[in-house]
Amino acid sequence: MPVFVAGLGAISGIGNNVAECLHSLQESRHGIAPMVYLQSEHRNRLPVAEVKLSNSELAQLTGLPVHISRTALLSLVAAKEAFLDAGLPSGFPCRKAFVSANSVGGMDKTENFFPAFAANHEAGHLREVIHHECGAISEIVAKELGVTDFVSTISTACSSSANAIFYGARLIKNDLADVVIAGGCDSLTKFTLNGFNTLMILDENPCQPFDENRRGLNLGEGAGYIVLVSEKIAGMLHRMPKAVLSGYANANDAYHQTASSPDGTGSFLAMTGALKMAGLHPEEIDYINLHGTGTQNNDIAEGTAIQRIFSNPYPLMSSTKSFTGHTLGACGGLEAVFSVLSLQHGIVFPNLRLETPMKELPFTPVTRFKSGISLQHVMSNSFGFGGNCSSLIFSKS
Amino acid sequence: MYICGTGIISPQPSFGHGPFLEEMAEHRGEEMRCIEPEYKDLLDPKLIRRMSRIIRFGTAAAMDCLKEAGWNSTDAIITGTAYGCLEDTGVFLSRLVEFKEQMLTPTAFIQSTHNTIGAQIGLSLKCHSYNNTFVHRAFSFEHALLDAWMLFKEGQADNALVGAADEITGYSQAIIRRFGIYRKCESNFTLFEKGQKGTMAGEGASFFALQKQAGGKEYAKIDAIKTLLLENPAAGTMETEIQLFLSAHSVSITDLDLVLLGYNGDFSHDAALHHLASGMFEDSITSGFKQYCGEYPTSSAFALWMAANICKNNSLPSSMGGIGLEGFVRVLIYNVDLLGHHSLILVSSC
Repeated sequence: MPVFVAGLGAISGIGNNVAECLHSLQESRHGIAPMVYLQSEHRNRLPVAEVKLSNSELAQLTGLPVHISRTALLSLVAAKEAFLDAGLPSGFPCRKAFVSANSVGGMDKTENFFPAFAANHEAGHLREVIHHECGAISEIVAKELGVTDFVSTISTACSSSANAIFYGARLIKNDLADVVIAGGCDSLTKFTLNGFNTLMILDENPCQPFDENRRGLNLGEGAGYIVLVSEKIAGMLHRMPKAVLSGYANANDAYHQTASSPDGTGSFLAMTGALKMAGLHPEEIDYINLHGTGTQNNDIAEGTAIQRIFSNPYPLMSSTKSFTGHTLGACGGLEAVFSVLSLQHGIVFPNLRLETPMKELPFTPVTRFKSGISLQHVMSNSFGFGGNCSSLIFSKS
Repeated sequence: MYICGTGIISPQPSFGHGPFLEEMAEHRGEEMRCIEPEYKDLLDPKLIRRMSRIIRFGTAAAMDCLKEAGWNSTDAIITGTAYGCLEDTGVFLSRLVEFKEQMLTPTAFIQSTHNTIGAQIGLSLKCHSYNNTFVHRAFSFEHALLDAWMLFKEGQADNALVGAADEITGYSQAIIRRFGIYRKCESNFTLFEKGQKGTMAGEGASFFALQKQAGGKEYAKIDAIKTLLLENPAAGTMETEIQLFLSAHSVSITDLDLVLLGYNGDFSHDAALHHLASGMFEDSITSGFKQYCGEYPTSSAFALWMAANICKNNSLPSSMGGIGLEGFVRVLIYNVDLLGHHSLILVSSC
């Protein structure tokens, strides 16, 4: 039973909607820069890919109050765009679900609350902690979207939104929903910035995924959602679906809480699992949107797993984290949007700043924007802490 | 799906499959913390030292569940947690504030990730299969169950380890207290005293070894799961929803031997549940479960453990009156929280 992609929505460091993100991708314009909105002690040292809007601008854009978590603001912008893009007639009778992901919920507000609270447990504004839970963020957005039938939240670190997308697809396949808005969001927080900083995997310059001399990742923020519909609903829409979600899989590396195994066991199993579900041979994949964080460990593990599955001629590959930074709970959603855009327009985005290919790998990611390519199947990888590895495959519908 | 093993650490002496709630453990004040076992036989002592409480009791409950089921691996590990690893989150946050973002160490940050327990279980089993974590408030556990149910239906798994964990911390109590949700109870024995305002906080980890097919070791069968997000439902709405849920699975109200209701001791929260107990459920035995485990978003997992044991034993535990239930037993769990998360789980004997 096929599940179709009917709508796309995105906001990231390279644009406030899908069209702007696409334009930046085509122009090779990345969004990594010194911090403007995040008030961190590391602001002069660590560049990030912030969404180029303040909370009050985002509040204006969404109609939500300005004191709401930035994570919810970003989520609503992209989820609403995706929902409108799907073009469901209003009052259309169907069961709607919202399955979202994020890694730290309303932490941006909790960390504002905390200094006063730490000094005196009776101090600090309670409205800053009411949306601390990951699920609270999803409910703010679901309410604005008018989705009440089914709302859920997944949090498996950096693979969260890939998992949310295919949980959504499974709700449709199991006849529990007809239309699912699925993806994820995260805003930059001091909590995550400092967390990654203690792991010593943040690059002080714009990151260089899959480069021999890569130094680490840049954090980013944003939200990305796709609207999944059943075959029946797809047939009732005025527009052709954008793609089919033809394969997906999740597997666990079971090697280390934060590091990937040297042979990329988890990523290997996720990619082969997705291929099996789609009924595809490796050579049928035309483009892989890599997880490609730019850390020593991820890129060699992912590269090794790819080398084990694919052979020459390798599919085209690139990490769009060289544009958006690593958006954590949002990256699976954003990169799903980019993968579908790639299929739709026959384009492949460059892996920016790649200077020296990794010597261990027999392939090199794409370094220049490519257009006019016939693409049938695109794979998107998302791997996270706890060895959580997920791959999605989008195919032409 | 069939429950063929359980592992649970709760405010009751529930760990290790001893007598089933023969006596209720007493807790005083505004919280009920877990009675934790000796971990050294269950977990690597080197790991125990570094683990926060939720990771310890979550992982230990999962390991005990696997032991009872006789599994050394599983097709899926699915966890639910509303708050995640709060202690580690609090530790990292307070150091970040105190040391002005300098000189921090990664352990608390790494362990604060919501999927830490699921990952830790996968890691200790060297289990490469499907691993997912649901973090949707009082639906976290139910959506984990639903995930397993879908995996079975899709033919993606024959068995799954499904559980939930949430913890109380000093910070969480200090914050939630300010919302006026808790009351200092003389004892959890009197949690349901009439006309009181506020509840007692609870915590715990409950894991279930679920199988698609019966295998001879079952406690009980989970027949159906449903979640409904409804703030202040109009009068009669929940009656209709429960009727629809039951009839969709060809069960009538009179088939229910026991209904476990999510009373938490706060009179305004409990009013609607009392109304159901004396209304549509008047011919069934009804009981609360939060007098045992306290109020927390994944407490329905504790209720499922109770229901599974009641089905297995064909009787209520002695702390609930010890009434014997004849023949085939059906239990309905209906949990609801202050935010409008309603969940229904239908359980029956095998």
